[in-house]
Amino acid sequence: MFDRLKGIIKKEFYHIFRDQRTLLILFGIPIVQIVLFGFAISNEIKNVKIAVLDLSKDEHSTQITDKVLSTSYFDLDSYLTTFDEIDDGFQKGRIKAALVFPPKFGETLRKENKADVQIISDATDPNTGTQIGSYLQLQVQQYLMEQELKITSMPPPALINTEVEMRYNPELKSVYMFVPGLITIILMLVCTMMTSIAITREKETGTMEVLLASPMHASIILLGKVIPYLLLSFVNASFIIALGKFIFEVPVMGSYALLIGEIILYCLVVLALGIFVSTVAETQQLALMISLFALFLPTMLLSGFIFPIENMPLPLQIVSKIVPATYFNIIIKSIMLKGATLSFILKETLILVGIFFLLMGVSIKRFKIRLE
Amino acid sequence: MAVIEVKNLRKSYGEVKALKGISFDVKQNEIFGLIGPDGAGKSTLIRILNSLILSDEGHVSVMGKDPNKQYQYIRNHIGYMPGRFSLYEDLSVKENLEFFATIFGTTIKKSYNLIKDIYQQIEPFNDRKAGALSGGMKQKLALCSALIHYPKVLFLDEPTTGVDPVSRKEFWQIIKGLHQHNITIIVSTPYMDEADLCDRVALMNDGEILRIDTPQNVASSLGKTLYALETNEGNYKLIKALREYPYMDSVFPFGEKLHYTDQRENDISSELNSYLKDKGFSKISIERIASNTEDVFIRLMNNQKQ
Amino acid sequence: MDSEKIIETTKLTKAFGDFKAVNEISFDVKKGEIFGFLGANGAGKSTAMKMLTGLLSPTSGEATVAGFDVFTQQEKIKKNIGYMSQKFSLYDDLSLLENIKFFGGIYGLSKEQLNERGNTMIERLGLSDVRNKLLKEVPLGWKQKIAFSVATLHQPKIVFLDEPTGGVDPITRRQFWEMIYEAADNGTTVFVTTHYMDEAEYCNRISMMVDGRIAGYGSPKELKSDFNSENMDEVFVKIARGENYKLQ
Repeated sequence: MFDRLKGIIKKEFYHIFRDQRTLLILFGIPIVQIVLFGFAISNEIKNVKIAVLDLSKDEHSTQITDKVLSTSYFDLDSYLTTFDEIDDGFQKGRIKAALVFPPKFGETLRKENKADVQIISDATDPNTGTQIGSYLQLQVQQYLMEQELKITSMPPPALINTEVEMRYNPELKSVYMFVPGLITIILMLVCTMMTSIAITREKETGTMEVLLASPMHASIILLGKVIPYLLLSFVNASFIIALGKFIFEVPVMGSYALLIGEIILYCLVVLALGIFVSTVAETQQLALMISLFALFLPTMLLSGFIFPIENMPLPLQIVSKIVPATYFNIIIKSIMLKGATLSFILKETLILVGIFFLLMGVSIKRFKIRLE
Repeated sequence: MAVIEVKNLRKSYGEVKALKGISFDVKQNEIFGLIGPDGAGKSTLIRILNSLILSDEGHVSVMGKDPNKQYQYIRNHIGYMPGRFSLYEDLSVKENLEFFATIFGTTIKKSYNLIKDIYQQIEPFNDRKAGALSGGMKQKLALCSALIHYPKVLFLDEPTTGVDPVSRKEFWQIIKGLHQHNITIIVSTPYMDEADLCDRVALMNDGEILRIDTPQNVASSLGKTLYALETNEGNYKLIKALREYPYMDSVFPFGEKLHYTDQRENDISSELNSYLKDKGFSKISIERIASNTEDVFIRLMNNQKQ
Repeated sequence: MDSEKIIETTKLTKAFGDFKAVNEISFDVKKGEIFGFLGANGAGKSTAMKMLTGLLSPTSGEATVAGFDVFTQQEKIKKNIGYMSQKFSLYDDLSLLENIKFFGGIYGLSKEQLNERGNTMIERLGLSDVRNKLLKEVPLGWKQKIAFSVATLHQPKIVFLDEPTGGVDPITRRQFWEMIYEAADNGTTVFVTTHYMDEAEYCNRISMMVDGRIAGYGSPKELKSDFNSENMDEVFVKIARGENYKLQ
């Protein structure tokens, strides 16, 4: 019995290592994804081009401008002289934000102890727009506070100093979110798609018929299909974590043992999902379609990887509750970024265990020991 | 002793009746042929016997076991070669064989005595991928794989379809050679001329068995005198002319000649000759010949339709 | 029989890298002839057929089909031939009538022509009852006959048939061959490949390919006497085993 399992696993590895397309999906996709998400797609505020329209040109306005431009967040595009130029800058895409000082800015500030600064940001991309806006605001406020302290050496009573701390990801690096998210997605893709295709391929070529007509138990056939991909997925996950750690400096705060255990659990869940797909689909093409459109896309969009679940309409929130990736996403982020221990993620872990047994039970029941 | 017993077996796929109540048995050590075109029900029958498909109705026993229930025993003791040679094309000849050996819990070495004669023909290509083999070699590899565990009963589903005549000939020699190893063989084929190579055959069409007998008895059971006709003209004109002949019973092309039966019992060669002469044919050759399986099959099919 | 040559090849060759799939084959097919094209799988049959039907450019040699050059006039060849194979023939999820309209339309038949020829065809095959039925509901035996009729709907000069009768019952096979006889009688040239050696004898002349070359060429009678064989099966086996063939 063990020999048979070994034989079928050996054969499965032959298939994998002889098919360049399979290898490409297995190892090419993780690399491409991590490079894409890590380098190209970034929603961090860095070197944002701004324009300054200073109609006052006094001590305070120049100092605020200098302070803003001294950070790594903003770069000066140009000094403007009229309001019309702001629109022009936005439309040509030269600038993402503009800082406007009204006439007599310094004078008003001195006399009335308050003055207006206008911050205009390009909100065609709402997230970045808001972010740029609040960053600029922060800089201006900081300046004003420093000024107050200089003059009165005592904070003004009406001013509340709000200190915002970006915990777990102080620099707001998007890589922190993408690396755990990518592990979730890639394991899903590799395990589900590859196992379902590996099984349906045997149905298509007719070799499944011979396997079924042999005395081999159905569970051996399935195990033989699952184990190679479990191993490969594990290699894959380690690879992504290593890439994250050494290239993007994403830390693993929690215990590696727990992380490994949870990754294996998640792999089992998505492998079971792959087997389930193969019991529904008769052809490789159908298995691929189901994996991509019915499983991969929802995982990507609804697991909280890209969009926060709390912001989704209720029906989508419910759907996200049955996507296994949702729970794994919480688990892996908690372990990697927050250093959580098992007790903090026990609920999610148990849900994954439950999903696994449910899927496996249904799949084994559905996997036919006969044709038709 | 009957290795396989089938009584009143029925199987439908929705509306389509694939098997319409068939009965037969196969004796120990026999080469039993299922002869018939696509859609006759041959593959369905084989798959019911080897436990891959459940039957709807009727009694089936293979080596004394019921394939619907005791499939584990049956799967341990049969060899099966499906219609498409089920090989892993990205695995080499040797890897394929080793894989099939492991899933049956055996090794190439243990079975070498049985497969030796066949394996030796493909052994020089041990490291070649199965996908790069010729049709005839794939067929031999598939057969080796099906024999690797010393099965008692061997099911071959259309093993010679689409294979060239040379490979077909070699393959049948191999099948004959398996006799000495005490293996009962059930083989299906759409080629009528292969009937003669079996010990007994069942002619199948449209889910029914038209006749079961030895090939010799089947071939001689036409019940009509058969004539082979040839003239100077093409066969198309000759067919047309014969269809107009009032005593014509049946006429159809067969190889270079036409096969013809008459409604009358006595020798009608000379009468037919003068009829054709009147129609303008020359070099008329009319010959009484022995019927073969295909002649009988055509007649039985026509009866079945009526 | 008209002795006008409708297909003529001289040293036609197709090489894939170093491998010559078709190696200097020369033969001709006369108008109205039924020409059998035989050979084992991998002997080069399909490659040769693809060149003749304008789907594949030859490497060297010469060939004309229906008077058009296979190197330069492939589009004209396609308009003048019909093609049917066991694997691809008609769409299962279209009705009989829709299939006729689709394939007739491909060959540029007008609406009137389509209606007229389609109706004649349906009547002749006795299929009026099933004209609007999806093809998958039509019995297997009928499909081949329908496919052949559709392939000749645009009245091509030559019709290429690739393994048209595989797996078909002996009666339907013979009905199919009668349709071929009839088409040939009407002047259509029929170029057919088959695995059934007895069917080879239905042809006026045949060629047999072995390893990319033509190893046997002539009428079935000639071949049988040349190889001292009783039937084509024997001829094939002798040729394939490399017995010398005396060129006429």
